[in-house]
Amino acid sequence: MDIPYTIENRPDTGIYNAKLGIWLFLASEVMLFGGLFSAYVLLRVGAEPGMWPHGWLDVRLGTINTLLLALSAITTLLAWAACKVREFGKFKFFHACTILLALTFLGIKSYEYHDKWIHYEIALANGTFADGHLLEKSADFDLAKKTGTVTIHGRIVDDRRKLMDLRSPEAQSARLEEHTIPAGDIKKMENYGPKHNTFTAIYFTLTGLHALHILGGTLVITYLWGPGSRMWRRDPERFTNRIEVSGLFWHFVDLVWIFLFPVLYLT
Amino acid sequence: MEDTVKLFPPYREPEDHQAHHDHGHHEPHEPGFWSKYIFSSDHKVIGIQYGFTALCFMLFGFFLMLLMRWQIAHPGQAVPVFGPLLEKILGSPAAGGAISPDLYNSFGAMHGTIMVFLGVVPLAFAAFGNYVVPLMIGAPDMTFPRINMASYHAFFLGGVVMLVSFFIPGGAAQAGWTSYSPLATTIPTNGQAFWLIGMVLLITSSLLGAVNFIATIIQLRAPGMTWMRLPFFVWAQFVTAFILLLAFPPLEAAGVLQLMDNVAHTSFFLPTGLAVGGQLADRSGGGSPLLWQHLFWFLGHPEVYVLILPAMGIVAEVIANNTRKPLWGYKSLVYSVLFVGFLSFIVWAHHMYLTGMGQRIATFFQATTMIISIPSVIILTCMFLSLWGGSIRLNTPMLFALGFLPMFGIGGLTGLPLGLAAADLYLHDTYYIIAHFHYVVAPGTIFALFAGVYFWFPKITGRKMNEYWGRVHFCCSFVFMNLVFMPMFAQGIKGMLRRMSDGAVNYSAARVPDAIDALPGSIMELNTWILWAAIGLGIAQIPFIVNLFHSISHGEKVTSDNPWQATTLDWQTPTPPPHGNFEHTPRVLRGPYEYSAPGHATDFTPQNEPVASPAPAPQTAH
Repeated sequence: MDIPYTIENRPDTGIYNAKLGIWLFLASEVMLFGGLFSAYVLLRVGAEPGMWPHGWLDVRLGTINTLLLALSAITTLLAWAACKVREFGKFKFFHACTILLALTFLGIKSYEYHDKWIHYEIALANGTFADGHLLEKSADFDLAKKTGTVTIHGRIVDDRRKLMDLRSPEAQSARLEEHTIPAGDIKKMENYGPKHNTFTAIYFTLTGLHALHILGGTLVITYLWGPGSRMWRRDPERFTNRIEVSGLFWHFVDLVWIFLFPVLYLT
Repeated sequence: MEDTVKLFPPYREPEDHQAHHDHGHHEPHEPGFWSKYIFSSDHKVIGIQYGFTALCFMLFGFFLMLLMRWQIAHPGQAVPVFGPLLEKILGSPAAGGAISPDLYNSFGAMHGTIMVFLGVVPLAFAAFGNYVVPLMIGAPDMTFPRINMASYHAFFLGGVVMLVSFFIPGGAAQAGWTSYSPLATTIPTNGQAFWLIGMVLLITSSLLGAVNFIATIIQLRAPGMTWMRLPFFVWAQFVTAFILLLAFPPLEAAGVLQLMDNVAHTSFFLPTGLAVGGQLADRSGGGSPLLWQHLFWFLGHPEVYVLILPAMGIVAEVIANNTRKPLWGYKSLVYSVLFVGFLSFIVWAHHMYLTGMGQRIATFFQATTMIISIPSVIILTCMFLSLWGGSIRLNTPMLFALGFLPMFGIGGLTGLPLGLAAADLYLHDTYYIIAHFHYVVAPGTIFALFAGVYFWFPKITGRKMNEYWGRVHFCCSFVFMNLVFMPMFAQGIKGMLRRMSDGAVNYSAARVPDAIDALPGSIMELNTWILWAAIGLGIAQIPFIVNLFHSISHGEKVTSDNPWQATTLDWQTPTPPPHGNFEHTPRVLRGPYEYSAPGHATDFTPQNEPVASPAPAPQTAH
């Protein structure tokens, strides 16, 4: 039993099965991320005045990541074109670039996650807030027993709102220095993880889901680059289709980032 | 680039491409049990897998409902017969064999979830769609057979996760099948996390299925099978697949967010200042409970059409076949079903009139809701008119199809007051709602599904189901269905709320005689009536279950590949259809419902019958 149009286009629809399949899948992906982006809009619009963070993410790193993915979109296209003109060596080179770019993207993303993970906001007993990156906890540090100290590199403010807009002139000119805080002075200590506020929550969820897509795409492309490329000798036409279909997915994932970057980093 | 492609030799079938399928031609080796029934990529086996699993889940969901009806009629009293068993399995929530309010809540949530996502949708869409659609369009299989297999496995896994959640500490999800936040996040059980993970698996399953269905219908139609020659059933499945493809992902997004709320303690759906058990919750707040409802109902309402459209497709096929005349208004049916599919995406907030989302938004959704009733009425009208002047054969499938028409009519018409905000404010969350949507889904969709089971059973097994017991099944089901659901309209109009584990005893005139509009004894008494009707409905299914299994091996053998003398391609195959379905790719020459064509020797003309031969026996048609 042969299923028709697995490789060649069906004349009246002008498309082969897998390409139609991936476009349908991408349509559902648009709805998935569409749902999440509308959640972002609703949360941001509904936030208390002055409580939606600005400038919490590193625009330089975001820009680098944007360029990495844009470049990987180009190498993906070139890899497919190389297959089309039957130049296997070039395909190998371009998709090796794609994989390296994707892994670099994930590396930078992990660094950004880590940076948020060690960033703490500490509510102090005197009503002020210490905020900064964790440098060290003393060996006997224990919040429940109120023993030991914690050292952060950051600043202390009297109003939480001042922590929200890091692009304000006041925050730009603030001096960051080391503060050592005894556990006894701490009311609540929380890192910038997903539960910190709705911004970090949607940031981690959106970029996390996107990173999972990057990871999945990278795995597929790596398979097609490595063991999967044996199909080239047997059936180059079908292999080229696979590169095209996986490439379509990759372009979609890049496109999601093109929306994520301004939404999360620039506004 | 295209020129470059043309330089290369045409595509050859590679050796490893589903090698085990291609062997069939020269050495017919029999696949083992596992590869034949569990890891099969044949659309017919997958259809049967879906069908069998879904029927089991439906029976289980029905059983949960019986337990709940007992609790409603006799609040706090030990369940007869099954009480000790419940206590043994579930422990303290069923102490003394009685159902605690928490357990009642989880039964309610899981009854809805199981019936919708594990029962009716897999049966209507995945089971019938998988088995019948490729046959009807003359395809050898689905476009992506292995993805099809993965779809069933994801579905099965999702079902297992749902079932396992009954046995974890705290029990299964308790926040209703709609899982409104913040309730879903604050109830102290991990059942909700299980529910969400199960849902993500089920959504994955239906996504894979939907992609497969759409690609199959677009790409694998046999030569000559133009769009306007597709049987209506295929159109219905096509639209359903698009709804699943596009409406489910926002719920997946919502599921991910609620999972974050439950596991990572975020506050997507939790408002600022949320108090749980009199204590301020340790949450950042800033979230929006309304957001969950929007995302949920963005799926939730199109889901209603996922439940009903395949059922309409089945009924259309059965009616055309048993009236022996073409469906009335085929084109109106097709355009209506497309319009319903499109419009189903912009009516969702009529489930949310009570949330205070604002008068303007309510007005918009009120208008779209009224508009969507038009194509639904067109579809139903076409089916009624199709009966006009037909020489009707009243066999079991036709009885169920005929039963569907008025039942769905009641369900649809009682929905109109709910679509109007003013009336809905009063009727919202009462038993009126329960009665309304059960009329659509239970005597509506499920009757159509029964019709489908009786109708395609001979194609699947080569034997007919017993006609006498089929009629017994129909008559008893028809009576008891109405006895179960009709009284709920009265209860709802009197103001009895749904989701109360005490069956509204605390609002009865017996308990609070001085209260204005306390529920009178006559309304409370109906709880007992409904319980007995539900038990009767359960007993009425026994003939069906016995008939189904008995007929597989002992039913009357069919003498023809086309025992109903039908026109569509699914009947022009060997019985049961082999792997690859058709011996030769069929060539379609005419529309799907060429019944009683003047001048033709028989009263049916199969879609692929050559023009030259005027009266071939149905066996030779393939």
